[in-house]
Amino acid sequence: MNHLINKGNKPTKTGFGEGLLEAGLRNPAVVCIGADITTSVGCNFFAEAFPLRFISLGIAEQNCIGVAAGLALEGKIPVFSTYGVFAALRTTDQIRVSLCYNNLHVVIGGAHAGVSVGPDGATHQALEDLGMMRILPNMTVLSPCDATQTRVATIAAIEQVKGPVYLRFGREAMPDFTSGTMTFEIGKSQLLVAGDDLTIIATGHMVWEALQAAEILETKGLKARVLNMHTIKPIDKEAIIRAASETGAIVTAEEHQVIGGLASAVSEVVVQNCPVRMAFVGMQDSFGESGDPGELMEKFGMTAEAIASAALRLVSRQT
Amino acid sequence: MATTIRKSVISSLARAKSGHLGGSLGLADIFTTLYFSVLTHNPLKPKWTDRDRVILSIGHVAPVLYATLAHCGYFSVEELQTLRKLGSRLQGHPGREHGLPGLELSAGSLGQGLSVAVGMAIAAKMDHKKHRIYSIHGDGELQEGSIWEAAMAASHYKLDNLIAIVDRNGLQIDGRTEEVMSLEPLAGKWQSFGWQVIECDGNSIEQLLSAFGNTGTAQNKPTVIIAETIMGKGIRSIEGDYRWHGKVPTTEKAVEFIEQLAKQ
Repeated sequence: MNHLINKGNKPTKTGFGEGLLEAGLRNPAVVCIGADITTSVGCNFFAEAFPLRFISLGIAEQNCIGVAAGLALEGKIPVFSTYGVFAALRTTDQIRVSLCYNNLHVVIGGAHAGVSVGPDGATHQALEDLGMMRILPNMTVLSPCDATQTRVATIAAIEQVKGPVYLRFGREAMPDFTSGTMTFEIGKSQLLVAGDDLTIIATGHMVWEALQAAEILETKGLKARVLNMHTIKPIDKEAIIRAASETGAIVTAEEHQVIGGLASAVSEVVVQNCPVRMAFVGMQDSFGESGDPGELMEKFGMTAEAIASAALRLVSRQT
Repeated sequence: MATTIRKSVISSLARAKSGHLGGSLGLADIFTTLYFSVLTHNPLKPKWTDRDRVILSIGHVAPVLYATLAHCGYFSVEELQTLRKLGSRLQGHPGREHGLPGLELSAGSLGQGLSVAVGMAIAAKMDHKKHRIYSIHGDGELQEGSIWEAAMAASHYKLDNLIAIVDRNGLQIDGRTEEVMSLEPLAGKWQSFGWQVIECDGNSIEQLLSAFGNTGTAQNKPTVIIAETIMGKGIRSIEGDYRWHGKVPTTEKAVEFIEQLAKQ
């Protein structure tokens, strides 16, 4: 049974801003690059605390990545954040060559993840960023589940990783349910609910939905295991293989295209090691649109109910 | 020394059987001036923190960088013959992961080096360091928009420790730059972005020395040296011929080219 309680809704971008500030207080080598939307992506705490270590570069994301590379070559730890659609997609070539090929420790914060961005609509809803980033050699990709975990993950990204990191977070206030003292290890998923009938592997905002889905399934007599896959790369193969062999069915849940994202990453492990039936909850190869975050999550089938019904269909197919 | 570097460029490319000859030959005088007269560096201590940095944004002219580094003593001249071969530290476009001493950046995708140089220059300012950052660009490369994002940032942050060098040979793969996508008025573009502009003959060591000598005279401004060069410089039969941008000589041709250079 799920013992995690929502301490109150909070945007994950705030967790990113808090983590950046905390890491900045500890290490003077941490610098931050702004691309005009500093407050909107949570970098304002750092910018106010360390104005001399905040480098404003304007609306020029390609340059931001190159400058970050130059700073990293000189021993700084640059953190650059903008909306994920620009952070990961406009600058993919710069990230590939200047960051990944040089294997430089730069933390890229991809804000405005998923359709929960809401009324801004499709251009600003990052739905392909995880896929783009995880195919790049040397890249670490993080997708924490709530504000508290985003703070912890941001600090880990800055202090523990050697190469480039892409860390994804959202805009809307969402349930904040993990604790700062929970073990967080990059590359190791978290078992949030024990269960043997099937496994729900979720990432980002969808982890809370997965927890609710497990409760719905329990009322139907199914005990679902819930894994928080906060690291998309390197993916936790061991936990995925164990889930496949012990529960025999896997539902993935992400606020991202199922093509290229968590669904693909998990499938790659499953098919090579322990093929089982799978279902994918997430964006099904379409763009988002304007609307309230809740309405959009429902319209595009990224809710607890959607996960539960996908799970029921999957399990009934098996029997 | 420029002639020696040209010979090494030709022989390493002939051995590699692929690569970019024209630009590498055109840049030989710039590299010679930079590494043998201008830079504060120590080939025995390639990671010395106070060294001047050289960022090669146009990775395709790696042969001239490699030849220069070898003749400076960063590694043996014999190693130039491994260019573009499996397991070599001399990748077709520079790759740091292979561990070549003296190489500052893996690069090859055009338009990225100036941003990296800006980042290095900002870091030097933050740390109150006195070294300079030199970045080397092609003229065709200036068609990339990201160059101008970086140019804007360099003057915004008053990076007078940054010197960009533009290899103005007027040619790119499809032909003359002014026909493919015109760059003129080029000096005016840089000036309007807040840079100090110095123009010179990029195949004249004398003019290059004076150009480099004049850098840093405009306080609070980055400097660009627009160096007019001749693609393929040194080999009369290929000078100014854009078809030699991405071509290499056969072994026989290479011998002929090197003999031509020996006579100069």
